[in-house]
Amino acid sequence: MTTKTLAGAQVALDDEGFFTDPDQWSEAMASEIARGEGIAGLTERHWQVIKFMRHEYDEKGAAPNVRALAKASGVPIKELYHLFPKGPAKLAAKIAGVPKPRGCI
Amino acid sequence: MPDAIEKVSIIVSKGSLEGIYPGLIMTNGARAEGIEANVFFTFFGLDAIHKGRHEHIKLATVGNPGLHFATMLGGLPGMSAVMTHYMDHKMAQLDIPPIPEFIEMIADSGAGLYACKASVDLFGLDKDDFIPQVKDIITVGEFYNLAAGGQIIFT
Repeated sequence: MTTKTLAGAQVALDDEGFFTDPDQWSEAMASEIARGEGIAGLTERHWQVIKFMRHEYDEKGAAPNVRALAKASGVPIKELYHLFPKGPAKLAAKIAGVPKPRGCI
Repeated sequence: MPDAIEKVSIIVSKGSLEGIYPGLIMTNGARAEGIEANVFFTFFGLDAIHKGRHEHIKLATVGNPGLHFATMLGGLPGMSAVMTHYMDHKMAQLDIPPIPEFIEMIADSGAGLYACKASVDLFGLDKDDFIPQVKDIITVGEFYNLAAGGQIIFT
């Protein structure tokens, strides 16, 4: 567990860098987190995915895995891996300030 | 924290439902973690990428002690088809895709799919028999080169 300053606010992160308290997240932090993960700029398509992750977390209490993400967000798997090369569900969850999705598919 | 795994090469050597899925799940799981992945289909594993066979992969109901199913029952005509259908149904409930869709998904995620040349020759197959996502038919030596710098998982 560590604390970090993002967009001028203190946030608590777990060992892998995911938010332990998603309520501490704000949209302004997304770009900074993304840059730390090697994504230089967030396009509208990135945001579509990030907002969707956030929405799913708010609705269901958990972020979706890659397959569920592709099916429900309307962004196909190929594109998801282009937008977020090192694991779309994992990265998008980190950038969206929600816990890492847990699942095997 | 120990060094994270960066690359895996997964071998799929079996043609049964329970023999193919683990390799696919390992590959998809690797890609979802940002791990580079290649899959090498050999022997009956080729059925998973074979256009005419990949929709008809069956559960082994004989000689499969893990199934906890009487051998005499498992050998009855149609039993494998019934049990396979039941498994497919259970997997659909968990949103685990059927094999053809699963393979398409892992190809879309950037995993490389390869067929084993020795097995292709053994079964008298060629590139046209395989789904378009298969990158190449390669030898075991070429597989080892491809796998360099990563872990190899045999299933």
